[in-house]
Amino acid sequence: MIAILIRDMRLAMRAGGGFGLGLAFFLIVVVLVPFGVGPESELLGKIAPGILWVGALLACLLSLDRIFALDFEDGSLDLLATAPVPLEGVVAMKALAHWLTTGLPLTIAAPFLAVLLHMPEAGFSWLVITLALGTPALSFIGTFGAALTVGLKRGGLLLSLLVLPLYMPTLIFGAEALRRGALGQDNLTPLLMLAGITAGVVALLPFVAAATIRINLR
Amino acid sequence: MELMSVRNLACTRGGVAVLEAVSFSLSSGQVLLLRGPNGIGKTTLLRTLAGLQPALEGDVIAEPDAITYGAHADGLKSTLTVAENLKFWARVYGVHDIGPALTAFNLEDLQSRAAHNLSAGQKRRLGLARLLVTGRKIWALDEPTVSLDTASVALFAEAVRVHCEGGGAALIATHIDLGITADVLDLTDNKARPRDLAGFDEAFE
Repeated sequence: MIAILIRDMRLAMRAGGGFGLGLAFFLIVVVLVPFGVGPESELLGKIAPGILWVGALLACLLSLDRIFALDFEDGSLDLLATAPVPLEGVVAMKALAHWLTTGLPLTIAAPFLAVLLHMPEAGFSWLVITLALGTPALSFIGTFGAALTVGLKRGGLLLSLLVLPLYMPTLIFGAEALRRGALGQDNLTPLLMLAGITAGVVALLPFVAAATIRINLR
Repeated sequence: MELMSVRNLACTRGGVAVLEAVSFSLSSGQVLLLRGPNGIGKTTLLRTLAGLQPALEGDVIAEPDAITYGAHADGLKSTLTVAENLKFWARVYGVHDIGPALTAFNLEDLQSRAAHNLSAGQKRRLGLARLLVTGRKIWALDEPTVSLDTASVALFAEAVRVHCEGGGAALIATHIDLGITADVLDLTDNKARPRDLAGFDEAFE
């Protein structure tokens, strides 16, 4: 299974692999928002948690259709499905690779970009914490969505429509935990909800996604 | 020793039954060639045997994890090198040495070449080299010789011969003569009669 993780990471880093795509998109969103909103630092600071979370979510969404589509096209998915590695493990590793190449870089880059949005300093650590807790859920839910649309040509639109509603709870609790944290309020409840969603999703969705792929490969 | 026995198998493709009453057995050292006109269901049969889709009826009796499936597509990643592609599959199957596989398909000089720089025949050879690192006993191959030249077909035939001498077996859907002693399974008479599958397809249940 480690072999699959290493291969997916390596593919993401190579030319055309999509590493940096999410990060670049996130950067663009965060840089553009202050220009759109205008030079009102107080207002920017207020909306910063929401903007950062929405930006991170959309950046994750951007590279989802690559998770299985490329492997399906070149036949690797058939071969992986018949390999001695359980398909659930394959799915989990692919989701993990997706997180390591999109979610993790976003989490690390976010505090630097938050400066552009005049986010209160108290929020910087919460930004990293909420993104670190929430982005794995985005990758695993997205992997499930990618499994549903595997085999569909240009399934990207359908994938986004399927996945967006499933992203809502993560977005709501993630942004809320960050907003309260940035204002110095108690944010334990949304933080626990966020962590709970991620834990549940990471534990369950690989099984669902693997079952979906088995049906889609028939 | 019998490696696989198939009894009265029927397979579907896209919700339509294509093959029925397929029965054969495969013992170690045996090469079985699947013949039949286009669309008869050779690929479907191989995918069913490989476990990628469920059989409509009948039994496939084989050891677990005995089959490796070689499809039309080679499953290569174009940005990885030849050695990286092969090493990945070797690690998935828990094999460490890719040397013999590279030698068998004359890929040693291409090791560090990225897969997108390979010719169609070279890609195919790399795809076939994957079979050697799986360590599986039964090779279920779908048109393995497509885009191979005569010399490469000979390499492939030699690999199949060595595999069978080592106690393996091969099930090959092909139209050309490989120059190896093989039994032939003609599927022409196994074409499925039209049947009502409405009660079968679980999606509609």
